[in-house]
Amino acid sequence: MAGQSGSQLSLFTPDEVEFVAEDELVEIVPNLRMDSLNFICGDYGPFYPQIAIQVPLWLALALKKRGKCTIRPPQWMSIENLTQVLEGERESHAFQTLPFHYVEISRLLFDRARDDIPDVYMVRSLVEDIRDVRFHKVETNLENFTNSSLVLQWKNMAAMEVNIIRAFSGRALQAFYRHENEQAVPDLDRTQDRQPQNLNDRPRVCRSFCCIPIFPLHHWIDKIVFISCLLDYCPTIVFLWRAYCLFVVPLQRNLRPR
Amino acid sequence: MDSGTGEGSTSFTDDYETFISTTDVDLLKRAWRNEKAAPEILQYEAALRSSLQEQNVEASEADGEDPLTMSLYQMDLDRTQFLLRSYLRVRLQKIEKYIFHILKTDESLNRLSDEEQTFAASCGDDLRAHLKETVLSKLPTDYNSELKQSAASEEDDMVPAPRLDSFVICKARQYISGLDFEPEYSHEITEMERDLLTFVCYKFIKKPLENGKIDLV
Repeated sequence: MAGQSGSQLSLFTPDEVEFVAEDELVEIVPNLRMDSLNFICGDYGPFYPQIAIQVPLWLALALKKRGKCTIRPPQWMSIENLTQVLEGERESHAFQTLPFHYVEISRLLFDRARDDIPDVYMVRSLVEDIRDVRFHKVETNLENFTNSSLVLQWKNMAAMEVNIIRAFSGRALQAFYRHENEQAVPDLDRTQDRQPQNLNDRPRVCRSFCCIPIFPLHHWIDKIVFISCLLDYCPTIVFLWRAYCLFVVPLQRNLRPR
Repeated sequence: MDSGTGEGSTSFTDDYETFISTTDVDLLKRAWRNEKAAPEILQYEAALRSSLQEQNVEASEADGEDPLTMSLYQMDLDRTQFLLRSYLRVRLQKIEKYIFHILKTDESLNRLSDEEQTFAASCGDDLRAHLKETVLSKLPTDYNSELKQSAASEEDDMVPAPRLDSFVICKARQYISGLDFEPEYSHEITEMERDLLTFVCYKFIKKPLENGKIDLV
């Protein structure tokens, strides 16, 4: 069964993606006077009332929560820009230019700084529409994975979209790569592949589906029964054959993949 | 800072600006992301760890400030500590997962820090003893090795190795030409532009990743 090794290790939870997004800089307007802050991650300040300053998003949200500042929504979150981006997304197949963490930033601002955004409902609905259109494009692009796509390049995809398809696309690409190179690459990782050796002889298509193997047993039994009937040798075989025909074959026919 | 691409003054200026503005936390964040996304264990960032520990100590000693500033410093400290702890935790999980493989390969063993090497050795011993006691001592002599399936195996086929052909998502930090990749993969991947999201097999980009030219996302 194809799969990335250590799939739990390499997955980022949405909270971790949000954590990374919280380091992006936003502009705030403080309403207090404070000396500069010398953090491990950088120096910010000093803060003067009504003078705008750039700080990381986590710091902005912390100050906002304590009522010490107002957050200015970033340039790209204006209604004009978002409407333009939405038009662009709908018209072309490529992704429009948006900040890498636009999903997380917009979500955090809607949750915690709603009153600082003008026309927040309009902005929110625009962002959600953009997310839907982009994700629909992502899904369409996934259908274009082929066995020749060993190196795929996408422009302007956002962090959250990447994270959603990371596990699936990694496994799919790895499955394509392994099926391409099955003779060349020996199977070193025994703990992943628990199936017996003769699985490699089965046709590749079968790996994708959960098919139940159906053996044409009834052909051979048919011959045996015919001969035994002629010889009038084993009526029990006839009985068993009839039971097989009546009960087992219809069951197998229902389970056969179409 | 190297400007090895030789593209003129712009790349050198970019590198210089990156160099002077990159904090330890940025480097740690990058190391954390790379470690999390990579299928095998990467080189331990010893210098980063020691400098961060010094800064942690300094930050926690700050006092005499008002409660607001204290809480903000505490938040910053918490964030950095989370990154550091998660980084170390991911490495430990990888060690535990591929314990026999790491102990066998010198290359992997050299990527661990001293404490991690001690941990790996003792973990390997414990696991070996456990397997012997529960299962292997009860199997026939030809089959009771924890590294080989049977005495007839030529290589250590009971040892799970990290899957280097798994696919990862990466971004190049600068333009990468075909020379930066291993020659055997040069027909698969010839170049990578800056800041373009790429889905690629891990082993193709292993060399540029070690040289710091690629970031895993």
